[in-house]
Amino acid sequence: MSLYKAETRRLVKRRFTKLFTVGALLILVAVAAGVFLTNHKAGPDQIAEATAKAQADYKQSVAGTEQMKKDCAAVQGTSRANEFPPNCEIAAPSESDFNPDWYMPPTFNLKESFRDMVTTMAAVLALAAFVVGASYVGAEWNSGGMMNLLLWRPRRLQVLSTKLAALLVGATLLTVVVAALWTAAFYGIASARGTTAGMTSGVWQSIGLMELRALALVLTAGALGFGLASLGRHTAMALGVAIGVIVVFQFGVGAVLEIADAKFPELYLAPFWVIAWMNKQYIAENYNACNYDVTGSCQPDTLTMTWQMAGTGLIAILVLVVGAAMWTMRKRDIT
Amino acid sequence: MDAVLEIAGLQKTYRSRKGVRRALDGFDMVVEAGQVHGFLGPNGSGKTTTLRTLLGLIRPNGGRMAILGQEVPRHLPAVAGQVGAIVESPQFFGNFTSYDTLSLLADAGGVRRERVDAVLELVGLRDRAKERVRTYSLGMKQRLAVASALLKEPKLLILDEPANGLDPGGIREMRTLMRNLSESGMTVLLSSHILGEIQLICDQVTIIAAGRRVAHGSVAEVLASHASSSVRVRLEPGIDLLTAAQLLRAKGAQVDLGTDFFTVGNAGNPAQITRILAEQQIYVSELTPTTADLESVFLELTGTAPVDGQNRQVDQVAATAQGGWGQ
Ligand SMILES: Nc1ncnc2c1ncn2[C@@H]1O[C@H](COP(=O)(O)OP(=O)(O)OP(=O)(O)O)[C@@H](O)[C@H]1O
Ligand SMILES: [Mg+2]
Repeated sequence: MSLYKAETRRLVKRRFTKLFTVGALLILVAVAAGVFLTNHKAGPDQIAEATAKAQADYKQSVAGTEQMKKDCAAVQGTSRANEFPPNCEIAAPSESDFNPDWYMPPTFNLKESFRDMVTTMAAVLALAAFVVGASYVGAEWNSGGMMNLLLWRPRRLQVLSTKLAALLVGATLLTVVVAALWTAAFYGIASARGTTAGMTSGVWQSIGLMELRALALVLTAGALGFGLASLGRHTAMALGVAIGVIVVFQFGVGAVLEIADAKFPELYLAPFWVIAWMNKQYIAENYNACNYDVTGSCQPDTLTMTWQMAGTGLIAILVLVVGAAMWTMRKRDIT
Repeated sequence: MDAVLEIAGLQKTYRSRKGVRRALDGFDMVVEAGQVHGFLGPNGSGKTTTLRTLLGLIRPNGGRMAILGQEVPRHLPAVAGQVGAIVESPQFFGNFTSYDTLSLLADAGGVRRERVDAVLELVGLRDRAKERVRTYSLGMKQRLAVASALLKEPKLLILDEPANGLDPGGIREMRTLMRNLSESGMTVLLSSHILGEIQLICDQVTIIAAGRRVAHGSVAEVLASHASSSVRVRLEPGIDLLTAAQLLRAKGAQVDLGTDFFTVGNAGNPAQITRILAEQQIYVSELTPTTADLESVFLELTGTAPVDGQNRQVDQVAATAQGGWGQ
């Protein structure tokens, strides 16, 4: 327990931890502020304004058509006649083409839009957890602090897993607090600049589950950063692997798959798996295939990437990396 | 006396892509309670490897080790609390202050926080304790390392080159500190290249070369058993030194001529000198074993004495005559 307390203290004391936590929070605040500023409530005023705008545009359009018809009639028989449709058949606009809904300012619908916000939060926190996890243990290896600690606590696995536990508990606390604030903030934004309609207890429950999946994502990212940095005994190793994965896998593999004309390139791209994990599924579509449906129109081939598949993959990578980190911690000489 | 530290037949081979390197080759060492024990050896002879192995940082390929009567590395967790150690200029996380560094160690090891202030005072870092370690000088970092080793009030203190980077005052303070610690019952194992220092403070020494023990015992014993083979010879006035020297050289002695004396470097048996000379009616007026200092013994034992016109490479050992001439 004393070791756990010391490790928590070490984690919190690090400037890097503070920097990245504050950075992640600032990004989230900026996102929330942006959403707040770009959305407006749909009150009677806004409806009236939008209706008036739609009407005005409709009238202007009608007038324009009339003018065109007149111009057309005037040039009939001259060489300029072919600038207009034959017989001056210009359709008058219908009023339904000017739906006042389209003239409404954007408004924040909690039920429809909050899920994307949860995914955003999960992504930002996961990135921070990865970097903090990597630097926390990487700097220890790098600076020789790990060796000093092992002179005090020779049980290597215990030391490494206590460090990991300190990191994960810290990340859990942060994520829980941030998720609560995030939900409250967007409830507030929806109340002030949108609508909270349709938020049944079922919807709340599903959002709660989604936030749990966000927590799992953050913890996985933290443990991965920690594991990779411990394997390489250097922060740079973890960051290098992350960058390598992004560059090689996301751009390289993306380009290769494009050339190779793969059916579902999303299958090999991590962000889509993250989306699948967060939104419970992601449907990859192959527009090169054509399946005629009952109405006779062309439907693409689809492949559903489920959260179970994504979760299994996450666990597999996690077990592999953390397991390897523990194993080398046990076996390797520390010099 | 009880042995606080016992090592027998320790083997360690480093394996890397570049090949294998046998760093320890059946090394033995015994450190008895209450001693200040010197651990000497040339660069790359395996001192740090021994200490790392002892502290469980690297895995030996063979041999037995025990600390305070407990077999290690198996029982290391049980004895770790009684062993304070610094291994080869330890590094610390540069952005923490020395106070933070030590208090984190104290927390991790379940040591009272008051000890932190006490050891900082002891090594003279009290007034700089709230500054980041990154800003410290080499000697200040070394003092911090010593402080971290003393933090848990160990029974056995292992210091790998603690004087590295210390100023003359610091070295003397370190010497006094070690005396006091050993008087208070602590056993100190001290690796160092400053032989004058070792000669001053150590009760016993172990000398390692190429991964093996080449000498051990009290400083006086080591000096006596290995250095007395050199004797200074004076002859009756008027006798030609050169003739005498050539006589001895012809029998295989290493003779260095002085102004009114000569020294025989490998005189394992000084009687031989008098006999050879007496046979030619040359009589010796004075025959004194020269008292060698630890340095020359060290150089002889480890075969690392510099040779004129050669750059000795690490791992290179001169083929010195073991034992002495005339035995
Ligand atoms: N991690 C390592 N990998 C490979 N070889 C190593 C490693 N560490 C040490 N060695 C080798 O083992 C031998 C003993 O090294 P060690 O560090 O124990 O020497 P030392 O006696 O402490 O020397 P010094 O007086 O220079 O500190 C050397 O030849 C060294 O090159
Ligand atoms: Mg060394």
